[in-house]
Amino acid sequence: MPARGMRRAFVPLAILAGAMLAYSPVVVADASYEPTMGLVQKIFYYHAPSWFAMFTAVFTCGIASAVYLVRQDPRADRVAVAAAELATLFGLLGLVTGPLWARKAWGVWWQWDARLTMALLLEMIFLAYLLVRRYGGPGSDKLAAAMAVFGMANVPFVYVSVNIWRTIHPTTQVVPTLGPGMRGAFWYCVLAFMLLYSVLFAARVRLEHDRARLDELHLAEGE
Amino acid sequence: MRMLRRCAVFISSLLLTAPAFAQQPQPPTGFVPVDQLPATESLPAAPLIIAAYAFVWVALFVYLLSIWRRLGKVESEMDALERRLGGRTGTR
Repeated sequence: MPARGMRRAFVPLAILAGAMLAYSPVVVADASYEPTMGLVQKIFYYHAPSWFAMFTAVFTCGIASAVYLVRQDPRADRVAVAAAELATLFGLLGLVTGPLWARKAWGVWWQWDARLTMALLLEMIFLAYLLVRRYGGPGSDKLAAAMAVFGMANVPFVYVSVNIWRTIHPTTQVVPTLGPGMRGAFWYCVLAFMLLYSVLFAARVRLEHDRARLDELHLAEGE
Repeated sequence: MRMLRRCAVFISSLLLTAPAFAQQPQPPTGFVPVDQLPATESLPAAPLIIAAYAFVWVALFVYLLSIWRRLGKVESEMDALERRLGGRTGTR
């Protein structure tokens, strides 16, 4: 029953997420102009929400992996695989949009400071997760699950790294201190990205579920 | 002979790029306020913003397309298998 309810909610949610993303450039264009950084600051409205979605995916993958390691529940493993792929996707969006902003704001594409390096490491952990799942062979599911838990433990360090170490990246105080002309556009984009994440996640979990069902059918055919 | 040819290519490429080096403006020797910089020194923001937004849109679209294709492939394979299995139990 809940699965049927989710299926019913999927299409309206997908349309809403698509419409919100399509309208987001208009909302961003209407947001206040940031005088210090200028026009390039508008990248922030896609950059930060990408990391919101990435961190959500990482936590989903980490928690599902921990459940899989403890209870050996294959449903948790399917959720973890789906979330790991989305973590890699949204991490990539953050890692590409960031340097495009940095080139103008800092004068360099990349800086090996604590935040940027840790964010890259986090992306590489989940890329490694996917590679282990793809090419690791039997038993790789548990190894990958342990990697995901390790990746999840890395998130708080990535988040607070800008406050602990001297880094060129803006601190975590940027979002709470956004001006009223920017706050609405920012949270609109966060909502659009989170909705998009939910829709993609539901579709990706469905794919894993169908693959498991296909494996069962292949086994039934072999008997 | 090969060495001689390489030297000739190197010298001719140097000669070809020489005008470009000669035309380069001299860098400022003292402090220049940011609002007095020549236009060539200022990096335009618009291409960077367009690149960022376009990349996000294209990446999300490609990913959505990949899920769509993978789902379609698995579901068609499932249908074929179910039909085969159904046919087998039907003949028994």
